Amino acid sequence: MWEFLTEFPSLGRRDLADFKNTIDSAFRNFSREYGEALEAFFSPLLKFLVWFEKLLLATPWPLIIAIVGLLAWLGARSWKVTAGTVVAFLVIGFLGMWEDTMATLAIISVATLLCILIGIPIGILMARSDRTQAAITPVLDVMQTIPSFVYLIPVVMLLGIGKVPGLLAVLIYAIPPIVRLTNLGIRLVDKDVLEAADAFGASPRQKLFGVQVPLALPNIFAGVNQTIMMALSMVVIASMIGVKGLGVPVLRAISNQYLALGLMNGLAIVALAIIFDRISQSYGKRLQAHRGQGHG
Amino acid sequence: MADPKIKIENLYKIFGSNPKKHLPKVQQGMTKDELLEKHNHVLGVDDVSLDIMPRQIQVVMGLSGSGKSTLIRHINRLIEPTGGSLSIDGEDVLAMNEDQLRDLRRHKMSMVFQKFALLPHRTVRENVGYGLEVQGVEEGERDRRSAHWIDRVGLSGYEDKFPGQLSGGMQQRVGLARGLATDADILLMDEAFSALDPLIRFDMQSILLELQEELHKTIVFITHDLDEALRLGDNIAILRDGAMVQKGDAQEIVLNPADDYIRDFIKDINRGRVIQLRAITEPLPQGMTANGAPQLAGNTVLEDALAPLSEAPDQTIMVTDSAGQVTGSVSLTRAIQALHT
Repeated sequence: MWEFLTEFPSLGRRDLADFKNTIDSAFRNFSREYGEALEAFFSPLLKFLVWFEKLLLATPWPLIIAIVGLLAWLGARSWKVTAGTVVAFLVIGFLGMWEDTMATLAIISVATLLCILIGIPIGILMARSDRTQAAITPVLDVMQTIPSFVYLIPVVMLLGIGKVPGLLAVLIYAIPPIVRLTNLGIRLVDKDVLEAADAFGASPRQKLFGVQVPLALPNIFAGVNQTIMMALSMVVIASMIGVKGLGVPVLRAISNQYLALGLMNGLAIVALAIIFDRISQSYGKRLQAHRGQGHG
Repeated sequence: MADPKIKIENLYKIFGSNPKKHLPKVQQGMTKDELLEKHNHVLGVDDVSLDIMPRQIQVVMGLSGSGKSTLIRHINRLIEPTGGSLSIDGEDVLAMNEDQLRDLRRHKMSMVFQKFALLPHRTVRENVGYGLEVQGVEEGERDRRSAHWIDRVGLSGYEDKFPGQLSGGMQQRVGLARGLATDADILLMDEAFSALDPLIRFDMQSILLELQEELHKTIVFITHDLDEALRLGDNIAILRDGAMVQKGDAQEIVLNPADDYIRDFIKDINRGRVIQLRAITEPLPQGMTANGAPQLAGNTVLEDALAPLSEAPDQTIMVTDSAGQVTGSVSLTRAIQALHT
């Protein structure tokens, strides 16, 4: 009796082992069965990723800096941000991290693009029905809180080591903010304005693209910003499963205690993060320029 | 008399988890308070019937919570009724499916809102053209037609401003222009001027009356302001707790208030500026003729009639209708009585 209280009545060691084995072998069978199909499914993505990375590397560095500077100017419309961006890229190149930075830039860009393409429609679906929202929210919670290594295991089992599993890992971690903020943004659209659209006979489609999405855009953009930040924070972990880029030297620095190498590459990631953040934030602010100019 | 443009019959709206279940009880006379207390349902509209005539301004008045905004939203079915019937030009609105309803909202009616409800990310021009855009009118035509209405409400030069850059009064001009731009027969105005300062409100009323003189739309105008109701309404319906208390034109309501609620409503108005001679005209006594006596038009308000009345022989004046025919007479005594009850 006393024993029952001190020892937790757990599954026996053998049962537990069997239980785990069953799951493992089931998943292994699944991966043997469908692994190749999945790889084939993702191969266009891989090709695109490789093509984009090669494109960035093959482009002369002054051109890249010019393009990045131009994007910074178009996004932020601020000389400070533009100059800061150009200087940061020059320093990164000067310190020998150009190639790694381009590789990271490639995967972050592709990951962000995919997050936007997948995340915004999901966010819109969530905003349209409370039931969908109730179903998807816990999934997002899990995606954001589960330790990344845990979902790396099945991803690697299925797809092996390489760019695509790395990209998937980044996607899983980085997609929740854009889904959440798209959902939130659409739900926060002024009910009076929606009623007006209804009163004029707008169809659901006209309401979505004419009213809801445009008015949710500042929030959606905050989501894009968050997604980029989270994607960047996954760079090191993604490098553990074979994604090239700034994460690789960081990983090498950890295992060999190279302080300088770790700092340099780490700070390069920080620089990218700050640049992306400033540009996307000020772009997002300009999207709502029509607000807040009221004169009472 | 013409057929009503909008016909509302025995309309009920109950808000709550199971409105249909409680409808029979309400139809048998359960009050709003009882319904709320016993069944936790809110009675929004209680057996309202109203015929709204074409080319007239029908004012629906009531204090907040009287169900007037709920009622107007039934006309374009932004709110579904719990019971009753509603037809426009003889067509049963409640039987319409989604497409028919959308068509009705696009072409037959438009709406102006208390809080303007403009699209903040669009310019004045794009806002005014919104109804046309929804209809599928192409851009050039849309801009041409919006420009016309922007001009009519006095906003020329502001076409490229955003709503956030305009004052409340100007925003509601945009709202009004948006409502007019689709050339719909019916204009629903939900406390359209209530959020505006008194002076600007008066201006907007003038604009509306001026436009109505040439457009002759069927306008349903919701307000809680009696002065506004008396100024704008060809007909006035007064609601309390979702139920119709009285309907009639301004004269009837001021001279024969149905109950204390309405008496309370009208006690502060300037009767001299509202009551017209035609409303208190008495038939000529037998054998008396209008010959030689001074005459005044039937729509003269008492305030303007008092001086001529006191100067007239016998202090009595002949009242004429719009065709100039004498319809009866009014004496000074009668006029003063009408001012003070």
